[in-house]
Amino acid sequence: MLALRKHISPGWWLVAPFFLLVACLYLGPILNILWLSLSDPEPGLQNYSKLVESDTLARIMWTTIRICVITTGFAVILGYSIAYAMVHAYRREQSFMLTFLLVSFWISILVRTFSWLMLLGRKGPINEGFEAIGLISEPVAFMRNELGVLIGMVHYMIPYAVLPLLVNMQTLDQRVMSASRNLGASASQTFFRIYLPMTTPGIVASALLVFILSLGFYVTPAVLGGGKVLMVAEYISVQLLVTVKWGVAAMLAALMLAGVLAMLWIMSKFMKLSTVFGGASS
Amino acid sequence: MFGTFCAVNDVSLDIQKGEFLTLLGPSGSGKTTLLMMIAGFLDITSGDISLDSETLIGVPPEKRNFGMVFQGYALFPHMTVRDNIGYALSVRKTPKAEIDIRVEEMLELVQLQSFADRKPNQLSGGQQQRVALARALCFSPPVLLLDEPLGALDKKLRVEVQEQLKDIHRRVGTTFIYVTHDQEEALSMSDRVVIMRDGAIEQIGSPKELYEKPESKFSAGFLGKSNFLYLEDGTYALRPEKIDIAAEGAGAAPRMTGKVRSVTYFGSIQRVMVETDEAGELEVDVDNWRNPTSFRAGQNVDLMWEDHAAVMLQRSED
Repeated sequence: MLALRKHISPGWWLVAPFFLLVACLYLGPILNILWLSLSDPEPGLQNYSKLVESDTLARIMWTTIRICVITTGFAVILGYSIAYAMVHAYRREQSFMLTFLLVSFWISILVRTFSWLMLLGRKGPINEGFEAIGLISEPVAFMRNELGVLIGMVHYMIPYAVLPLLVNMQTLDQRVMSASRNLGASASQTFFRIYLPMTTPGIVASALLVFILSLGFYVTPAVLGGGKVLMVAEYISVQLLVTVKWGVAAMLAALMLAGVLAMLWIMSKFMKLSTVFGGASS
Repeated sequence: MFGTFCAVNDVSLDIQKGEFLTLLGPSGSGKTTLLMMIAGFLDITSGDISLDSETLIGVPPEKRNFGMVFQGYALFPHMTVRDNIGYALSVRKTPKAEIDIRVEEMLELVQLQSFADRKPNQLSGGQQQRVALARALCFSPPVLLLDEPLGALDKKLRVEVQEQLKDIHRRVGTTFIYVTHDQEEALSMSDRVVIMRDGAIEQIGSPKELYEKPESKFSAGFLGKSNFLYLEDGTYALRPEKIDIAAEGAGAAPRMTGKVRSVTYFGSIQRVMVETDEAGELEVDVDNWRNPTSFRAGQNVDLMWEDHAAVMLQRSED
């Protein structure tokens, strides 16, 4: 005991209770899920083998990944433009924009999804408007398909994409950009050779955040997909509540967790994760 | 940027080819603003800036071909030293072989050959400063602008880098326009110094002219130290080292007598503050080797100086 005490900093004793709390309330259930995926309805790997055996499962996984990748792409590109505009706006406009960004965080995902339902419907203002100006002759199906899900998800994810980029861009030294111009680089050369590489940590952080959040999306695909676009999260809830196959649900949850961890691991091979999450770069 | 406030007003300045010109002034005097206008980062509302009698108004910064060393260096953090230095040539689509040769030359000029493949954050402040210099000189600009390039270095390193900068200026022959608030830097490096104050030029001249013949109280006080004598025909500046001091009665033909207020010992000199009836408190720097007398507070002393030691100021306002 005495020998142990010499090597453990007393600080650890102070955080120990919280450590235990996290372990019990967080790691416990996760381990329980992992266990369920291997033991329900009977011990073995049969839940996992469904991944290759079942076409439905494979299709759901593929749909989920496709939608997440497309959502991430659009959300990051649009978020990049918004963050760029915010950083370079005058102070007054900047605080306006920040307020709007925060307000969008406060509005429930349900409300935001249902407002898309009204906007995009066959008799919604978008279809009616396009028809009125003669752009289309009959209503476009914006909903009950992947397009609707993507519109809703990109819209919901943009604020999340903006925040890491905003933090990254705000820390850049504007003199570096001036230096590039002074050395003879045009505005676009400066953007692609200096600004974009310097904002890469922000792009990575923003893409990671959006992708991980998208993986677990439930409400938007359910409402805007109209039951036709089945993603993993919705399928898990069906397994839990309707068909009561907890083993399959646990397997899918474990798989998503593994996917997220794997992504973080791959990312850590290319850059220090602390820079992605806003730590010092050196 | 500054709203309706006029940061620089009524500045007229001719810069000679190849000269080392320093813009010297306290913060807020407009020296950096003037430099940014020359570089093209700030627009001027009226007036003209021209190079070889061709106007630069409306020419964007990247077309002006002026090298610039920024405050804090502004190196590209994601590029190696080599790529930083070659950047100006690379954006001009210069062939790679040519860039490599030129970058090697620049690395040699600033003696950083062995650091070519490091990133800026792996270099010391002095080394970063040299990279910034090499990067700005790599495309052989006719003019190099330097914005307080030594501000971030400690004092000992600063003196060393001053020497290197002067040496590089001699070797490349480019016109240097140098902004600083440090009077010692201005005196020791420049061919000419522009003293700036409240967005206007206070006085232009060689360091010697400015020190020996200041035109205003501001010039005399900002470049070196000075006592001021208010006589009937005008205000005079009198440098502390040009006053001779002796114990009462020991001086030949004293101009003034006074009482020592305080004495501070600095090694090569001692600074004696003398209270006089005629001119208030005067500062006297005594060369300890030529005049080894020890003065003490409360002592009565004689003060002497030659006629041309006191310089009459052309402008007597503050």
